Amino acid sequence: MRFGACLLALAALATSLTACGKSGASSIVDKAKDDKKLVIGIKVDQPGLGLKKPDGTYAGLDVDVARYVAKELGVPESGITFKEAQSANREPFIQQGQVDMVVATYSITDDRKKKISFAGPYLITGQDILVRADDATITDVESLKDKKVCGAQGSSSPKRLAEKFGAEWESKNLTQQQGYAACLPLLESKQVDAISTDATILAGFATQFPGKFKLIGKPFSTEKYGIGIKKDDKSGRDAINNALEKMFKDGSWRKAIDANLGEFGKFFTSPPPVERY
Amino acid sequence: MEAVVEELPVILQAFWLTVKLTVVSGVISLVWGTVLAAMRVSPLPVLRGAGTVYVNILRNTPLTLIIVFCGLGLGTVMNVQFSADDLSINSFWLSTIGLSAYTAAFVCEVLRAGINTVPLGQAEAARSIGLTFPQTLRLIILPQAFRAVIAPFGSLLIALIKNTTVAAAIGVAEAALRMKNLFDAHGDAVIPIFLGFAAGFVVLTLPVGLLFGRLARRMAVTR
Repeated sequence: MRFGACLLALAALATSLTACGKSGASSIVDKAKDDKKLVIGIKVDQPGLGLKKPDGTYAGLDVDVARYVAKELGVPESGITFKEAQSANREPFIQQGQVDMVVATYSITDDRKKKISFAGPYLITGQDILVRADDATITDVESLKDKKVCGAQGSSSPKRLAEKFGAEWESKNLTQQQGYAACLPLLESKQVDAISTDATILAGFATQFPGKFKLIGKPFSTEKYGIGIKKDDKSGRDAINNALEKMFKDGSWRKAIDANLGEFGKFFTSPPPVERY
Repeated sequence: MEAVVEELPVILQAFWLTVKLTVVSGVISLVWGTVLAAMRVSPLPVLRGAGTVYVNILRNTPLTLIIVFCGLGLGTVMNVQFSADDLSINSFWLSTIGLSAYTAAFVCEVLRAGINTVPLGQAEAARSIGLTFPQTLRLIILPQAFRAVIAPFGSLLIALIKNTTVAAAIGVAEAALRMKNLFDAHGDAVIPIFLGFAAGFVVLTLPVGLLFGRLARRMAVTR
């Protein structure tokens, strides 16, 4: 029992430590204007969305959106520091002030809205299926019932399928690899028949191997990628939303989509309306 | 803490797989390690050489590399399959091969140290009454050697329990992989979940250490 109490105490200590990490809550707008500097959390392992290239530069839709928004807030490209934000530490990063905003395939959810605020969305996508180009047997999510599927560890997409098809299916037909990049060789060598996650992520990987894979193009969930900032930073949210709307209007959004998602850009026809709240 | 309670079935399931991985690879590596030790003390130079090369390669290669080789090399490239229609069985056995191959190298070295604790005179006496080398090893040397290395075997087993987490690298849904998934599902409860899994490992490893410590004292060969 004493051991249990010890653990509880440790946990309590840890949570209070994270709570103390918060710095003074000022708007991202002021910070951008005064310092001309922003720290932006992005993914570094998602081709087409957020990727750190071997030469140390960053590329992807998230990166382009982040740069555009930063520019609109008055921060030049040289003032941006990109920081890797993995899925699990996006909220803590914002809450602790380690980053000023997160543009990292960050789905807007009500749960997350309790901890941080979202601007956007700048893209609406959904969980989709990637198959070998010559495979005609998979047409929609239902046909995955007797197929082998690959997903990434720590992603919510495999979980959605596991909940749909049950535990036995999960154990027999689902393999969870370390990242979607590890799924591609399995799909190619026919050990799995499909990879399933956000259409954007699939598109980003598939464009690297033109002609080998095809996207089914029937999303069965809705993911709204937004920009995460500190909770209750209303002026920051408005400023970013204005920047996004400008990006949608002046053609930069279309250009960024086509540049980063290549042949799969056609699945993302028009920019989503931003949600102001 | 609610997240840990809520996800308890998932966590227990994950640790059950950890236990299965440990037991299966533990047994295989014990057998294989004993064979290797026998090779390394055998009178045949070819066997001795082969054992030495194996142990030095496996012992000096990072486990992650070995496991990923089993998953990508054996599994994906060479298409080694243990079940045509069950992915989890495949990844389980592929990772078991890696874990056993790696741990066996350490079992071999520990056992060889145990063999060295048996006075040379015993082997000589065995030879002089006409026992063959396999007989000497089986009847005289190994029983004493095993009893001398129970405590280090306990350390190996503890290391093996923790090493099973590397199997997540090729998609075995054991504790480390499940923990990663739970982090994503409960982004606000990362620390409680982490502590929950850490406690799970302590629950597995602590009794092993105590048990092997006691066994070692009880079974020690008094000379």
